Amino acid sequence: MNLTYTILIPLIPLAVFLLLGIFNQKIKPSVSGYVGVFGLSISTILSLYTAYQYFFVSGKVNGVYQTFVEKTVWMNFTETLRIDMGVLLDPIAVMMLIVVSVVSLMVHIYSRGYMKEDEGYTKFFAFLSLFSFSMYGLVLATNLFQIYIFWELVGVSSYLLIGYYYTKDSAVAAAKKAFIVTRFADLGFLIGILIIGYYTGTYDFETLNNPEGNAILHWASNSFMGLSVITWALILIFVGGAGKSAMFPLHIWLPDAMEGPTPVSALIHAATMVVAGVYLVARMFPMYYFVEDSFTLHIVAYVGAFSSLFAAVIAITQTDIKRVLAYSTMSQLGYMMFALGVSGYEGHEGVGYMASMFHLFTHAMFKALLFLGAGSVIHAVHSNYLEDMGGLRKYMPITHITFLIATLAIAGVPPFAGFWSKDEILVAAFEQNTLIYVIGVFVAGLTAFYMFRIYFGIFWGKETAYEHTPHESPQSMTFPLIVLALLSIVGGFIPFSEFVTANKVGFEAHLNYPLAAIAIGVALIGIILAWVFYKKENDLADRFAKGFGVLYKWTANKFYVDELYLFITKKILFKRVATPIAKFEKKYVDGTMRGIGSKTVLTSEKIKGMQSGRVQDYAFAFIMGVVIIALIFIYIWTN
Amino acid sequence: MTIDSFLIMRHEILLLAIILLLVAGEIFIPENKKNSMVHLAIFLFGLHTVIGFLPIEEDSMFGGSFHTNDLIHFFKSVLNVGVLILLLISADWLQEKIVSQNRGTEFFILMFSSLFGMYFMISAGDFLMFYLGLELSTLPVAALAAYNITKRISSESGIKFILSSALASGVSLFGMSMLYATSGSIYFNDIIEVIAPSNLTLLGAVLFFAGLAFKISLVPFHFWTADVYEGAPISIASYLSVISKGAAVFILMILLFTVLKPLIHAWENIVYSIALATMFIGNLFALRQQNMKRFLAFSSIAQAGFILLGLITGTQLGTATIVYFVLIYICSNLAAFGVVQSISLQTGKENMSDYEGLYRTNPNLSLVMMLALFSLAGIPPVAGFFGKFFLFTAAASEGYYLLVFFAVVNVIISLYYYLLVVRAMFLRKSDHPIPFFKNNLYMRLGLILTVIGILVLGLYSPLYDYIYELSSVFN
Repeated sequence: MNLTYTILIPLIPLAVFLLLGIFNQKIKPSVSGYVGVFGLSISTILSLYTAYQYFFVSGKVNGVYQTFVEKTVWMNFTETLRIDMGVLLDPIAVMMLIVVSVVSLMVHIYSRGYMKEDEGYTKFFAFLSLFSFSMYGLVLATNLFQIYIFWELVGVSSYLLIGYYYTKDSAVAAAKKAFIVTRFADLGFLIGILIIGYYTGTYDFETLNNPEGNAILHWASNSFMGLSVITWALILIFVGGAGKSAMFPLHIWLPDAMEGPTPVSALIHAATMVVAGVYLVARMFPMYYFVEDSFTLHIVAYVGAFSSLFAAVIAITQTDIKRVLAYSTMSQLGYMMFALGVSGYEGHEGVGYMASMFHLFTHAMFKALLFLGAGSVIHAVHSNYLEDMGGLRKYMPITHITFLIATLAIAGVPPFAGFWSKDEILVAAFEQNTLIYVIGVFVAGLTAFYMFRIYFGIFWGKETAYEHTPHESPQSMTFPLIVLALLSIVGGFIPFSEFVTANKVGFEAHLNYPLAAIAIGVALIGIILAWVFYKKENDLADRFAKGFGVLYKWTANKFYVDELYLFITKKILFKRVATPIAKFEKKYVDGTMRGIGSKTVLTSEKIKGMQSGRVQDYAFAFIMGVVIIALIFIYIWTN
Repeated sequence: MTIDSFLIMRHEILLLAIILLLVAGEIFIPENKKNSMVHLAIFLFGLHTVIGFLPIEEDSMFGGSFHTNDLIHFFKSVLNVGVLILLLISADWLQEKIVSQNRGTEFFILMFSSLFGMYFMISAGDFLMFYLGLELSTLPVAALAAYNITKRISSESGIKFILSSALASGVSLFGMSMLYATSGSIYFNDIIEVIAPSNLTLLGAVLFFAGLAFKISLVPFHFWTADVYEGAPISIASYLSVISKGAAVFILMILLFTVLKPLIHAWENIVYSIALATMFIGNLFALRQQNMKRFLAFSSIAQAGFILLGLITGTQLGTATIVYFVLIYICSNLAAFGVVQSISLQTGKENMSDYEGLYRTNPNLSLVMMLALFSLAGIPPVAGFFGKFFLFTAAASEGYYLLVFFAVVNVIISLYYYLLVVRAMFLRKSDHPIPFFKNNLYMRLGLILTVIGILVLGLYSPLYDYIYELSSVFN
């Protein structure tokens, strides 16, 4: 398979970024939007063509999807340990290409409407292109180090876009928070990479992931504190993934990241960047699975399941619709994580892996749709809060219908996309781990409940007295909504298990009717409850909230995780550790340095007499120099 | 020996031809067209530089008193490039101030003669040839230092230089005679066979070393440097600090690494202590200088101290790092001197305080100066960083950790005063900044060449590999 053109997929957005970035002031805003959309359209076409070629024409040899790699050496350390730059195509990479392309293109189109009138219009598109470039690079990476480089690049673009409204203090703080928390997690990732490099001698995914390769066969050769060092490395790499994918307890940045423009939330914090952690585990899945009897996968499973439940509970009580969506994203990411965690490798045992990727795919579509729909609503009413909304279905029909489709999809109602992927995840969990299955089902109910809560809250419920009558958004914004809505309807019918599997051999997946019935039942219960509570304005919800008392308060305050972090950092780290160190530094380290400095100047002042300007003095010094050297080094030292 | 054998002297023959051509030109070109002598000289020397890069066979002549190999050949080309840049940045000064007094041509003749002497000095195969080359390279510079005959300070500089260098070469010659006395030969190849660390030999080596240390301006043989640099025309100061110093370092390295190699246990201690003294004294004095020429003089003393870190190793790595460092140092220092030259020519100002606010009026010039100073200070990613880094690596690989530590301390001190100039140019405001001016073609060309050197030499690793390969000849 000829891969040469796939390198263009990331390079085109990079070119657009450079173009818009360098000529920021000289390009008219109207033009820059078109440039951005045009560049990404080409990347999208190339991605779709690649996918077609890969899945249907030349990717499969003897029933197994092949991995295609094209790379050049960038830095050489030893014979095997080197850093390459290149592209790697395998089923998940190609699938991610489609996800990134489609969502990014839709967001680009949408932003032309949403960001209109904004001063930094060109800058915004430049950042979007930078992000798309980085994300493509991450997806196509051929080795751990390359993925790490792009991993940081998406982090930077995310930082830039969260802080896009840089005059708002909260946006700046959120950007910093996102960057610092994910960077902190990436430290684990980096250490993991270095351990892998040290003990296996390679960063290359193909070599690492080969089930018959050295890395997997000899995982037990070195151990540290009861676990193999490779296991430690995988745990640390998962910490990096958990940071990006907002797993508990590293999730705190994601809700705050909603300070960024809504299209950004749709692209980065719902569909693409936050799934990088899931993608990373999937990318190294053979290692996770084979090393130390999937020890790390169990961690992945429980962290995922807990995050999923934790986020779903918080989502119930939030009133900022973007935050609800953010917690919902976290919850769904937890779903994907535990699906990977309960997955096997061969054939039908690998259903969790397949389901996780399937859910990643469908979730990207309907969650981007939800965010863009929410953006459309926010655009109309100029507020993020539920209490400022209500009865909007009459004013915004297209937004309403598409939002409903997305809500049904995430709630897991057939035949919408979310149902199919969620069902596969529950099947996988049911077969492996009953506890996680129960959590999964419960979270499915919660999801249906909180999603319909905001759906009813926005489009039904009380009539709010609007200052300006809300109106439907312009075509540039509704078009992406419609496209994504269509994808959210049909996305579930893709026979994913034929294409994307852990061992790259397709299998046939069947609907497990009893499990599906349970899932649908739970979802319906959630929807009906939401309908009772929020369809018409009533005080049922408030009464319940009062009834739960402390529990409600804890949930509304997100279980005080943020406060806990603040306590640890401010009260303990800053006050008890950093301040004394700073004092010490100032007094002794700085003091010493200053002392050296002033002594240097003083010495320089004292010796200036040596340079008298008289040539006879110079000659004297010359001769004395020779004599002293001769005396010291010949007659004293050597004898 | 056939006529072809003379081809190994191509550098020398061509340069001699240029000198003779210039003499003829001086005679036959009418007075009102003397301006063209500058163009002619630069053109001819440019041609010579380009031809110089053509390979030369490894061979020796005159019974071994003259020999050449790839590294020597390469180093002659390096000197050529340095002199070419120097001529480019001096062209305006020559045309404006000197040719009008009808004294243009002897500048070139003197300078080329000095370079001619250096060729012989670094190609020398015995002490006689070496000494002749050394003298030939030194004496014309004394005349050049006194070139501004209308200025008293220039004459003073010339006198100081000639007196000091007479003393130095006298001492050096005394040392050589002792080496001859103990070994019975002046040929390097013969001396290597018989040299042994007797007291007289060591004394001879020290005296001989002092002569070259004078040219490199190592402490305590450095006192002439600042006075001569300050008084001499800027072109000559830069010639002394770059070309002359580079050639002296190179021949000192050759002699220490070959002829005097058996005495390494004696001279490594000497080099060690002189390196320390030179770095500290140079830097401490540079700290207080206000005159840019004196400032660069002391900074160049300190730089010489850094070079000794490569010299102390006595290895192939040391050779390669020294040649590499000298190449980078030529570019960086000439860039700094070029800016000083250009400003002095336009405004007559030579003090650091005059540079305040330069960035606002002459941004390009300030940037060149900044790059040059960063390179001298060794800030990555400009070439100077790599030069220093490799020198320190070479010293550390031989176990001189303490010396490297002190060198790093000195880098920090030097950073302070280099940044003083940068601060003056970029951060300070001035009521009377140097007004904007445009440089002539030659000056711009010269500065561009140095900037390319500063930016590219460090990052273009094949060059270092090439030098390293060539350096195997002395080990």
